[in-house]
Amino acid sequence: MNSFLKRRFFDQIAVMFGREARKPPSISERAQQIHVLKRATNKERLQAAMLAHENAKKVHTWRNRRWAALIFVNLFFTVSFWLDIQILEGALTASRFIGFHLIDLNSALQVMLAHKHIIVNLVIGTGTVLVLWLLLGGRTFCSWVCPYHLLAEWAESIHLWLVKKKLVTDQAIDRRLRTGSWLVFAALAVATGYTVFESISPTGIVSRALIYGPGLALLWVLALLVFEVFFSRRAWCRYACPIGLTYGVVGIFSPVRVKYRLENCFHEGDCRKVCLVPHVLDTVIKGRAVDVEVPLGPDCTRCGLCVDTCPTGSLKFEVKGLSKLL
Amino acid sequence: MSESKPPVVPAKPPLSRERMQQARRKWLRTILLTGGVTGAALSGFLPLVYARTKRLRPPGALDEKDFLSSCIKCGQCVQVCPVQAIKLADLIDGFGVGAPYIDAREQACDFSCDAVQCILACPTGSLVYKKPAFLGTRKGAKLAAAPILKAKEKDAEPTLNLSERIGVARLTRPEACLAIQGKGFKGQVRGADFKARMRYMEVDRWKPIKIADHPYDLAECDLCVRECPVKGAISIETVYAPDGSLRKSPVVHEPCVGCGVCEMICPVEPTCIVVDAREVWNT
Repeated sequence: MNSFLKRRFFDQIAVMFGREARKPPSISERAQQIHVLKRATNKERLQAAMLAHENAKKVHTWRNRRWAALIFVNLFFTVSFWLDIQILEGALTASRFIGFHLIDLNSALQVMLAHKHIIVNLVIGTGTVLVLWLLLGGRTFCSWVCPYHLLAEWAESIHLWLVKKKLVTDQAIDRRLRTGSWLVFAALAVATGYTVFESISPTGIVSRALIYGPGLALLWVLALLVFEVFFSRRAWCRYACPIGLTYGVVGIFSPVRVKYRLENCFHEGDCRKVCLVPHVLDTVIKGRAVDVEVPLGPDCTRCGLCVDTCPTGSLKFEVKGLSKLL
Repeated sequence: MSESKPPVVPAKPPLSRERMQQARRKWLRTILLTGGVTGAALSGFLPLVYARTKRLRPPGALDEKDFLSSCIKCGQCVQVCPVQAIKLADLIDGFGVGAPYIDAREQACDFSCDAVQCILACPTGSLVYKKPAFLGTRKGAKLAAAPILKAKEKDAEPTLNLSERIGVARLTRPEACLAIQGKGFKGQVRGADFKARMRYMEVDRWKPIKIADHPYDLAECDLCVRECPVKGAISIETVYAPDGSLRKSPVVHEPCVGCGVCEMICPVEPTCIVVDAREVWNT
C-alpha cells in the first residue's frame, strides 16, 4: 500500500464513523496522468458511450445473487424450524448451525454490557461469526443476510419513484448519528441492565417474525419503512443502525471488497446514485481517486449494486491477495 | 488589482443563507430521528413499570432482571420444546419483546423431554441447570432436592436436572374445586378443541399426544395430582374445611417446581389452581 492509499484507508475509517468525505490533498502521479489523459479524450465518443449505456438493458447480476442468498438464509431458519430438521436453529441474533454457535456480534455485545458478565457460549459464538465476516467482508452481513435490508430496498424503490414524481424529497441526516446511536445504546445497556437496542432492532424483529410468526413488533418496522419512503432514503441503515457500524469495524480488516479502477471510468456517477453508502464512492468523483486502483472503504456493504450499474467495469469485486492468484 | 494589498483568501467561504438554512434543517432532522429512535427504544420501559401480570419463564430461568438482561431473543428454546410450551413475547412486553415465556393454562411444560432441552439450547445462560456463583438465589427459590420425575421414577437416574423453581402452584378457587366438592370428572379435559399436548407414559414415552385425545373417567377428580410430573409436589389430603368438617383437598408441597401442568389440566373454568410465576416456597 502506498502512502496515498494508506491515508485513504484511515480516512475511510473516519468517514465510516460519520465524517464527511473530502477531496484528498494530493493524489499519486499516475492517477494525475490518467486525469490529464482523460481530458484529452474525445468528448463525442464519451457522450456516445454514455448514451449507449443509458439505453442498455439494466444488469442485476449481483443484486439477484444477493437477494437469492438473503432469502435463502432467512428461509433456511424458517424451514429448519418448521420441518424440525435441526440444521439451523435460532434466529439471526443467535443460532446454531449443525451444533456450532453463531451469535450476532452486536446482540452479544448488548447482552454482555447489560448482563455485565462474559458468557462462554457467547464468546465462542461471536468468535465463529467474527471469523466468518472477517473473511466475507464485515457489512456483507447487512446486504446479504439482514432481512430488514431487503424490505428497506423495496421501500427505497418506492421512495425513489416518489422522488422522480417530485412528490417527496430525500431529507439527508447527519451520518455521525449512527456512531452516536451505537454509543447511546451501549451506554443504555450498561445503565439500565436491559438489552434496550434488541427491543427495537428491526433485524431481530423481522428475523423472529419470519421464524416464529408475525407480531405487533412489526408495527415498529413498518413505521421505519414509512419514514424511509416519505422522508429520508434508507434512514435506518444509513443513519441509525448500530449493527451496521459493528460489522463495519469488522470490515476494516476484511479481504473482500469492491475495487475501483480509475482508467476507464466515465465519472458519470451512476454508482453513487444506487449506493446505500455513497460516501464510500467519493473516490469516483473526478480528481478524487488517489491512485489508479482504489479499494472502497469499510462502510461498503458489498451489495454489488455499483458493480452492476457501472457501464465501464471500473468497479469490481476483489478478494485481496486471492484475486491475483486466480 | 493593486499590488499594495496582498490578496486575502478566506479560509472558508461564508455559507449562503440557503446553505445555512439547509444545514440547520439537517441538524433538526438529525435531532428528530435521534429523539424518535431513543424514545421508541426507551418506551420499552413502560410495560415493565406497569407490569400487572408476571410472565412464567421457562425452567431454569434466571431471576427476572438477570433473565431479561442476558436473553438474546433467539428462540432456540422455543424450537426444542416437544410440546411447544414456550412462546416469544410481543411488543407489549417492552424490553421483554422476543423473550420466551410459558402460558401454563394454554400449554404447560410437562418435562416430557426429560432433559429440560430448553436449558440445553440456551446460548447465553439465561436458562441454566445450575446458577453460576456470581448470581444470587432468592430464599425459597432453591429446591430442597433434585425433583424426581414420576415418568422416569423406575430409571437409574430418576431426577430432573433443575435446581430452582420457576413458580409455585396455588389453589385459588377452592370453592369450585371438584376434589373438594367430592365430584368426579368424565370426558375430555377442557373440551374437544383444546390444543395442548402432554406425555402419557402408558401411551408413548417420547411422543406427547393431545390432551383432548385422552379422555378421563374419574369417580373423584384428582387430575392436578394425577398429572403432576414431579413426585411429591402435590397430593390430595384430608383437611378441615372452614366449617369444621373434614374434606379432601389438593395440597401443594415443597418439591413443586412451578411447571404449571396442574393449571393446564384443571377441568374447571376458570381454573381452580394456578402457578404464581417466580413465587418462592414459603414455609
